[in-house]
Amino acid sequence: MMTDSPVNDASKFYVLDEPHHDADHAHEPPTMLGFWVYLMSDCLIFGILFATYAVLGQNYAAGPSPADLFDIEMILVATFALLFSSVTFGFAVLRMDHGDQRGTLFWLVVTGLFGAAFLYLEYQEFSHLWHLGATPMASAFLSSFFFLVGTHGLHVTAGSIWLVVLLIQLSQHGLTPANTRRVMCLSLFWHFLDLIWIGVYSLVYLTGVLL
Amino acid sequence: MSNHVKDAGHGSLHSYLVGFALSVILTLIPFWLVLGDVIDNKVWAVVFIFTLGGAQMLVHIHYFLHVSLKVDEGWQVMSMVLTILLLVIVLAGSIWVMFNLDENMMPAHDRIERARALQ
Repeated sequence: MMTDSPVNDASKFYVLDEPHHDADHAHEPPTMLGFWVYLMSDCLIFGILFATYAVLGQNYAAGPSPADLFDIEMILVATFALLFSSVTFGFAVLRMDHGDQRGTLFWLVVTGLFGAAFLYLEYQEFSHLWHLGATPMASAFLSSFFFLVGTHGLHVTAGSIWLVVLLIQLSQHGLTPANTRRVMCLSLFWHFLDLIWIGVYSLVYLTGVLL
Repeated sequence: MSNHVKDAGHGSLHSYLVGFALSVILTLIPFWLVLGDVIDNKVWAVVFIFTLGGAQMLVHIHYFLHVSLKVDEGWQVMSMVLTILLLVIVLAGSIWVMFNLDENMMPAHDRIERARALQ
């Protein structure tokens, strides 16, 4: 089958122009559905980590409990940083729909700054816990806590790196179809991480401090 | 691209602002419940926190992720429904099984005392 394809097209392993065979349904490139399925599989990863925390989260092994460790006011600030970044990413997508490259870049930079603020607060929290001796090795509660919250933080870090790369691509090549598609994928990823964070602060922080 | 096509996938300023306003309300209430120590009954407080969290997830899905039956001929919603089904099985199953295991395999302090008294 590979030998049948023309040799000069071998380097182009992807479809450059989306086929528009049906005018009514061809509004979203197939990449968006594929990326959505990836997000759903990521959702299952987080689901397993949530289940692990729900099962192990009360096993303190005579170590510190959530009420001893967590600073809810700081978590509220981090939550709002992530929520603001979600909305500003929405504004970037809206500017992109109007073909406004400068506006898109501006709102993406604002999004990145809010994301960085969230990551800074998370880094502060983790290093604070580490200095207290509340490491993943201390108890099953802390193992599952660092696993769940750390995985979310890693995702936000990966999203931020992606955002920086996208800013460079946008400023060099403008709002090309490929860049538009990338912005839409990262937009889904970013909103998805904000959605996961709702579960994190509800289960880990608020419920943890209450019980 | 025509206008209705943009609205289907990308939302509008109005949808983002409505979603943001609802999210702020649904975030502030559970934090206020905990920080202000409003509800004495902890079980009810936890129920409130998860109800509001679930409501905010629905707000995000509708206003930010723009999940809709119209996108990709319904496959987006289909894959999400399958994921939610798997999540419910994994979460409810794990919590249920492990709670029973804890109940039956880890004797509570008073039961140990009772067993000692019988000897």
